[in-house]
Amino acid sequence: MDVVRDRLLSEVLPEAGTSVEGPVLEVKDIHLSFAGVKAIDGVSFQVSNHELFAIIGPNGAGKTSIFNSISGVYEPQEGSIRFMGKDILGGKPDHIARMGMARTFQNIELFANLTVLDNIMLGRHLRMNHGVLSSMVWLGKARKAEMHAREVAEGIIQFLELEPFRKSYVAMLPYGVQKRVELGRALAMSPSLLLLDEPAAGMNTEETEDMARFIMDIKRELGIGMILVEHDMRVVMDLADTVLAIDFGKPIALGTPDVIQRNPDVIRAYLGQDHAVVETGGTE
Amino acid sequence: MRGRPGLFTRYEDASAILPSGTQKVWLGIGLAVLVIAPFIVDRATLILLATAVVAAVGAIGLNLVTGYAGQVSLGHAFFLGVGAYSAAAIGGQPEEGKELIALGLDLWISLPLAGLIAALCGIVVAPVALRLRGLYLALVTLGLVFLGEHIFRNWTQLTGGQGVGREPATLSLFGYRFDLDGSVLGIDLIREQQIYFLALVVMVVMALLAKNLVRSRVGRAFAAVRDRDIAAEVMGVNLTKYKVLAFAVSSFYAGVAGALLYTVTGFLDPNAFNLFLSIAYIAMVVIGGAASIAGSIAGAFFITLLPEVIENVIHALPIDAETLFTSISTAQIERILFGVLIIVFLIFEPLGLYGIWIRIRNYWKAFPFSY
Ligand SMILES: Nc1ncnc2c1ncn2[C@@H]1O[C@H](COP(=O)(O)OP(=O)(O)OP(=O)(O)O)[C@@H](O)[C@H]1O
Ligand SMILES: [Mg+2]
Repeated sequence: MDVVRDRLLSEVLPEAGTSVEGPVLEVKDIHLSFAGVKAIDGVSFQVSNHELFAIIGPNGAGKTSIFNSISGVYEPQEGSIRFMGKDILGGKPDHIARMGMARTFQNIELFANLTVLDNIMLGRHLRMNHGVLSSMVWLGKARKAEMHAREVAEGIIQFLELEPFRKSYVAMLPYGVQKRVELGRALAMSPSLLLLDEPAAGMNTEETEDMARFIMDIKRELGIGMILVEHDMRVVMDLADTVLAIDFGKPIALGTPDVIQRNPDVIRAYLGQDHAVVETGGTE
Repeated sequence: MRGRPGLFTRYEDASAILPSGTQKVWLGIGLAVLVIAPFIVDRATLILLATAVVAAVGAIGLNLVTGYAGQVSLGHAFFLGVGAYSAAAIGGQPEEGKELIALGLDLWISLPLAGLIAALCGIVVAPVALRLRGLYLALVTLGLVFLGEHIFRNWTQLTGGQGVGREPATLSLFGYRFDLDGSVLGIDLIREQQIYFLALVVMVVMALLAKNLVRSRVGRAFAAVRDRDIAAEVMGVNLTKYKVLAFAVSSFYAGVAGALLYTVTGFLDPNAFNLFLSIAYIAMVVIGGAASIAGSIAGAFFITLLPEVIENVIHALPIDAETLFTSISTAQIERILFGVLIIVFLIFEPLGLYGIWIRIRNYWKAFPFSY
């Protein structure tokens, strides 16, 4: 790893992260149900700056539902969610994004008819503010902002080793590359908190190692809070500072990876059926 | 950025409107043809060409809301009508024997205002798109056309009323009359040539503005809303704002197009802004290529010139068309062909003429090594 690469991300995204004191995210006793199905049933946790917080649990445990609640896609019926010291429960997704939250999706949600570059550029949406008229005239502020966004996007493309695909339409790219583009789009937002929903799902060993390396680099360079949902236990145990295990929407254990790995409830709920989970993890 | 000098100018080039030299050449050829054509073709064809140039403005507008932002609108005829009558009321001259709203103002006022009034109507209608999508949205915007037809037929002070009609806006720009024969830079131009060149300038300017828009932050937000609205929202795109913006900009284009559309023929018929007109514009977008500005222009020319081509083909047929098509008229054949063409393009060439162009280009790029 050369010197330039070592500082690439922090140079490209100087606004990422936050100086807010205390936890970046505080989730308190949230409950979410769909027509009788309890997806989240009393989950609480905190994530601080620099922390890589992992959420694990078997299929259908409620991990994605927690992400959707935090990012404003779902609204939990009970509990509270505070982000950067402000209540965000019930807030709209774009409003929460504006406060500095970025995420990726378990089932890739890229803009299929846009190129890799444009997908990542869209991540800069909130970092620019020129409107219809200045965009049309393409002078001064708008032009400068677009050029800067392009520069940031190129930095991210370099960081994620996406150069060969810059101008490709994402729909035609291999799954593993699409996952990386999603990460790039989220990074482009210069977030204070980054949610990653199964970033390594469906990837081969090499791709998984690359992804783990990217996540480590993000943590080291940007020092932002991250929440990782992942079925690949090796990735979780290698990367996470703290792990929350849930089952049927309920928290069953919270602690360091070592402690979680040895927790009998977790082993019973999750690690006990490790093989089954690892196999199905990629196909969703 | 340190350590990477020179990148700034490179991005600027790379995101230019026309990145490649070939594209510049093609644009040059296209413009040259458009400038020379009115001196070669006969008067009837010239009228069609001028109409096509104006229709291109409207097609770009529909492509912005439907092709780029993904909001299917069958209501385009309504916005064209709003533009046409706003311009006629603001820029038209009083006519004898008719009690019409006619302020007689200059084109530099009536043309932008026609766009703005149509844009306002677009903003009023847009909230519907927040609740509905796809077919449901198409149906509601279709309702708009029926509403418009009713208003245009009955508001006689504005439209002259059914069977009477009125003249469109007078094409007087800073006092220079484009709707009369005249001479520019020592070149004598007939009325239709003047209108054609006025329309061409408006079209080129509005196409450039649209091209800038779609490569900008706003254009990406439109595409994001179209491709994945939930992801767009999570990335910080305000869905409400961008759907409203898409309708507003699209309607502005329709308004300007409407203002000029019937100035060549010099007559505004309140029955003109019907479902068929909306479908003709949908056809321009689909056949030209969704999410392509150049495609919108190509589609507008294709659809506007199609009836002429059909007529010529029928006349050129060795058999007597009258006996072959005893029960259908040329206009009906035209409509049937529209329908068939839309279906054919949707199934076989979803990228429209634009897609065909891309394939031809790629073929020639690969030439002599094509396989
Ligand atoms: N929009 C929804 N409507 C109805 N039920 C839902 C919805 N979203 C999630 N659920 C239900 O909530 C429960 C938790 O789902 P969730 O997707 O959060 O699980 P998960 O832990 O992410 O699982 P996986 O590991 O398979 O991704 C499941 O029973 C699921 O069917
Ligand atoms: Mg999930």
